[in-house]
Amino acid sequence: MRNKPRLFVGAAAVAALLAGCTAFAPAPDYDKLVAEMMKASFRDEGIARVDRLNQDAANAECSKAVGAPLSGEATRAIENANAKAVKAPGDGVFLGDWKAGEQLAQDGRGMTWTDKSAATSANGGNCYNCHQISKAEISFGTIGPSLYNYGKIRGVTDPASAAARPVVEYTWGKLYNAKAFNACSLMPRFGHAGLLDEKQLRDLMALLLDPKSPVNQ
Amino acid sequence: MRPSPLLTAIALSLVASVAPAQQKSAAEGIAEYRKMLEDGNPAELFEAKGEALWKQRRGPKNATLEQCDLGKGPGVFKGAFVELPRYFADTQKVQDLESRLVSCMEMLQGLDGAAIAKTAFGSGEQANVTALATWIASESRGMRFNLPQAHALERRSYEIGKRAFFYRGGSHDFACASCHAEDGKRIRLQDLPNLTKNPGDGVGFAAWPAYRVSNGQMWGMQLRLNDCFRQQRFPYPGFGSEVTIALATYMGVNAKGAASIAPSIKR
Repeated sequence: MRNKPRLFVGAAAVAALLAGCTAFAPAPDYDKLVAEMMKASFRDEGIARVDRLNQDAANAECSKAVGAPLSGEATRAIENANAKAVKAPGDGVFLGDWKAGEQLAQDGRGMTWTDKSAATSANGGNCYNCHQISKAEISFGTIGPSLYNYGKIRGVTDPASAAARPVVEYTWGKLYNAKAFNACSLMPRFGHAGLLDEKQLRDLMALLLDPKSPVNQ
Repeated sequence: MRPSPLLTAIALSLVASVAPAQQKSAAEGIAEYRKMLEDGNPAELFEAKGEALWKQRRGPKNATLEQCDLGKGPGVFKGAFVELPRYFADTQKVQDLESRLVSCMEMLQGLDGAAIAKTAFGSGEQANVTALATWIASESRGMRFNLPQAHALERRSYEIGKRAFFYRGGSHDFACASCHAEDGKRIRLQDLPNLTKNPGDGVGFAAWPAYRVSNGQMWGMQLRLNDCFRQQRFPYPGFGSEVTIALATYMGVNAKGAASIAPSIKR
């Protein structure tokens, strides 16, 4: 909320301008009305508490744009702030087990008010809800791009090699915090939001990048 | 209510037919399935219950709902559904069908509206609200949505509903718009209507209340929105809360010209 004071100055300037040259009533402050409405409309239920309505800069800016693109400046500010928050795996190992990754990609559970625990172990990756991934799974969503042949297309033959390093690091960053690369990405920030732990992220990395994964056949 | 053996058999045969027939889209399969069930949509049972409740003397005032004003004058129910939510002078609020019915139950029958709003979906007076809404909706079947936007509060409801639709939050940064702001998208095999415009006759806002075969329940728009917010990983929206009314206004105005098929039948 660092940009609040600037917004108030802007609103005051607009109001002064309107008062000076027209008789029109100023438009209602919809952002304020929405904030009040959200606060009054929801209550805690199980693990889903009302603090989930609090927005960081990325969610606030992308919401207020109501579907329109952000300015270049706002986009860069969000992407830079989120890029800084990406944490590389503690042990420097980026890839785990693609079979565990496939299970996680299939699992759409977690974090609703009917889920008992908010622990990462209770959460799935939700991946197939939005992406095609392996060729065998035909029940996939289309909100995100197809990830079939993800590693192969990017020329990854040995994920541990120096040549593969940029793709490996990018993919980790994308899973960890998609807003680091696309300010208003529709994808959850799996690492940043604490939805998945490092082991789970490594397993998803293997699903996408391991040459033995069905994704790359 | 339990699904009948016939319904279960049809549901099972659908599951069996969807898998091998991938050439057929999920939407085509479901449309075919709906066609099969059209002559026997269990929503009819709820319609009948709703109509009986409308005419039944109930509550501390021992009165019927026959003088309830759903926006077209006391007692007029034909065509009311496709003009809701709208502004009501007596409550000084924009109300959707379900919250308006609760106001009528309170004003005419003396029932406790706040207690009804707190009751779980599917039980007690909430089950009655759902049945009433199902019947009222059925009385506008085939009519086209045309929500009024003349009152300032109706326009305000639309504007804040639009912003609520794009409001990102929760553990996953989801908004309604994450899934419902583009044409031709799916979650798994489920087609997603684009609710930022008229998505077509009987799609999205024009399909609820609906009987859900998968769980054998009748769902009004309030429960539909409630379950959207659950899947969005949001906290719990109050029954008839402003956000639910504003979102209904946004979807309803966007659906202008779409024919209602409610009460419909859903997976």
